[in-house]
Amino acid sequence: MPETRELTMAEAVREAMAEEMRRDPRVFICGEDIAEAGTVFKVLTGLVDEFGTERVLDTPISEAGFTGIAVGAAMTGMRPIVDIMFGDFSTLVMDQMVNQAAKVHYMSGGKWKVPMVMRATLGATRRSAAQHSQSLHAWFCHIPGLKVALPSTPYDAKGLLKSAIRDDNPVVFFEDKMMYKLKGSVPAEDYTIPFGVADVKREGTDITIVATSSMVQVALGAARMLEEHDISAEVIDPRTVWPLDEKALIASAKKTSRVIVVDEGYGRYGVTAEIASVIAEGAFFDLEAPVKRIGAMHVPIPFSPPLEDATVPNEQTVFEAAKALCGR
Amino acid sequence: MTTAVDRPKTQSEIEAQQWLHMYRRMVMIRLFEEQVNDLYTRALMPGLAHLYIGEEAVAVGVCAALEPADYITSTHRGHGHCLAKGAALDRMFAELLGKEAGYCKGKGGSMHIADPDTGNLGANAIVGGSAGIATGAALSAKRLKTGQVAVCFFGDGALGQGLLYEVMNMASLWKLPVVYVCENNLYNEYTHNSETAAGDMLTRAIAFGLPALTVDGQDVRAVYQMAKTIVDRTRLGAGPTFLLCNTYRFMGHHVGDINREYYRSKQEEQMWKTERDPIHLLSDWMISQNLADRARFDQIRSEVKSEVEKAVQFAIAAPYPAPDKADQDVYA
Repeated sequence: MPETRELTMAEAVREAMAEEMRRDPRVFICGEDIAEAGTVFKVLTGLVDEFGTERVLDTPISEAGFTGIAVGAAMTGMRPIVDIMFGDFSTLVMDQMVNQAAKVHYMSGGKWKVPMVMRATLGATRRSAAQHSQSLHAWFCHIPGLKVALPSTPYDAKGLLKSAIRDDNPVVFFEDKMMYKLKGSVPAEDYTIPFGVADVKREGTDITIVATSSMVQVALGAARMLEEHDISAEVIDPRTVWPLDEKALIASAKKTSRVIVVDEGYGRYGVTAEIASVIAEGAFFDLEAPVKRIGAMHVPIPFSPPLEDATVPNEQTVFEAAKALCGR
Repeated sequence: MTTAVDRPKTQSEIEAQQWLHMYRRMVMIRLFEEQVNDLYTRALMPGLAHLYIGEEAVAVGVCAALEPADYITSTHRGHGHCLAKGAALDRMFAELLGKEAGYCKGKGGSMHIADPDTGNLGANAIVGGSAGIATGAALSAKRLKTGQVAVCFFGDGALGQGLLYEVMNMASLWKLPVVYVCENNLYNEYTHNSETAAGDMLTRAIAFGLPALTVDGQDVRAVYQMAKTIVDRTRLGAGPTFLLCNTYRFMGHHVGDINREYYRSKQEEQMWKTERDPIHLLSDWMISQNLADRARFDQIRSEVKSEVEKAVQFAIAAPYPAPDKADQDVYA
């Protein structure tokens, strides 16, 4: 039996980076308060002790600047991991990610490569208000040249992050800041999870709940509630939203004939819209009902706890939507 | 055995050869750009063309101070930088015409020429957009101990972009081997920089602890000598430097910018063209120093002219990429 341990999401992320930095001297991390402080969420605690301040590089509060530096470093032989403390700050790096990182390979006719990872956080309910709570991953999915990973378990986080670091393309890696303490089993030996391969988190026959990142646990909770009502829900996590495992999503939709898509980003023009459309196109004649989408309420994230809680999908909202879709 | 024919060259002959080489490069850029203007006005070239005519001494003087493996990043007005760093005329023209044989297989065009073989990290159509890339290349050079230097070319318009200040700050903190070369051609597109840049340009770099120097960007000898001093000390670990090159864009912001009197006078343009042409300044000086005669310059010009003509014929005859190549090279 291979050895497995229970690790938190934060530990899994840290372990992935540490292993990749041991494996490849070109890998380094840069960002704000990442060295001695180990990031605000303490995800990188201890890395600077092993790798030093050149490879765990504290930067000024200059997101565009250090992301741009990472693009140039990636083109010229390094493999940077950029740490964007809050996903909300990705607004500040958009030119560097969208006009530079994503396009360098294509614009150069395939000659320059940008092997970098941008790690950022998503997710609300931390009472941090409108500029520290958004889930903006859909923006990056819109841009050819980028890949976007959304781990939902410690196992997935470690395997996907190692793939991201080894990838020769710019990868945007979003971690749910509310899930850093979530525990799960993680093998001790080296493994990677390929991009574009969805994972069925729970098998079911009556309805498919496609869920990403923070919403996977919500979907699993809703599935347990549905079971008490004799509704068997399948929960499937695409794990990377680009590349997207369209085949697996369509297959699950065909099997259950009813689909809900849940993602913490905004619904409008968002991840749920894309996935719903993929399923509608691929499984139309097998569907018993229109695909239902559930995302964050289309408002800036409010501060006050009862207000904020009302903007984020939860087990109850998913449960009720699923029940209604099944005609119960 | 030393004969009269292969006797060692004197210092002034070596110097003359060096200046003649730079003269040739400047003429190459000038004739390339004139050809681009011609292609564009004859509707043979798609898209936009931002000509470098008048600024040749900056690219040539700076790049003459670089090693082949050193990096540059360039701008939307980038043909001169690419050619000065060693790009071939035929593949440049082919790229501008959107042909498969171009440096980027026709996917980049005039504003995105990139070429790993000559250390060209890419021209960039976002003003100031390559400042991060150049600084990152310098970080790699330092970490990997390659001894390379990165040069970031940008115009005075980029002084309005915050990214530049963010990366100059980090380059200074981390002592990175990067040279920020600001080509001050006086105009941010159609607006004089007296309307866009407050205070003094050099003090912006000085604030981050960078040595900041100014040079006459029309004098290739001055640019080269200054750049050589800077690049040599940068390579030895002195950290970043800011070099302000005062120059002038003889043509419009782009080829279609014909009527320019609402933002600058014809007299001003005429003065720069007749009195401050970098190519004439060099040849006149060499003649006055008896380093070469007029015939030598005419000969170089005619050699380059036929190279340019050959290259443009190659590009016109070259095939376009097949449409099914459009979705290739998105991911590595």
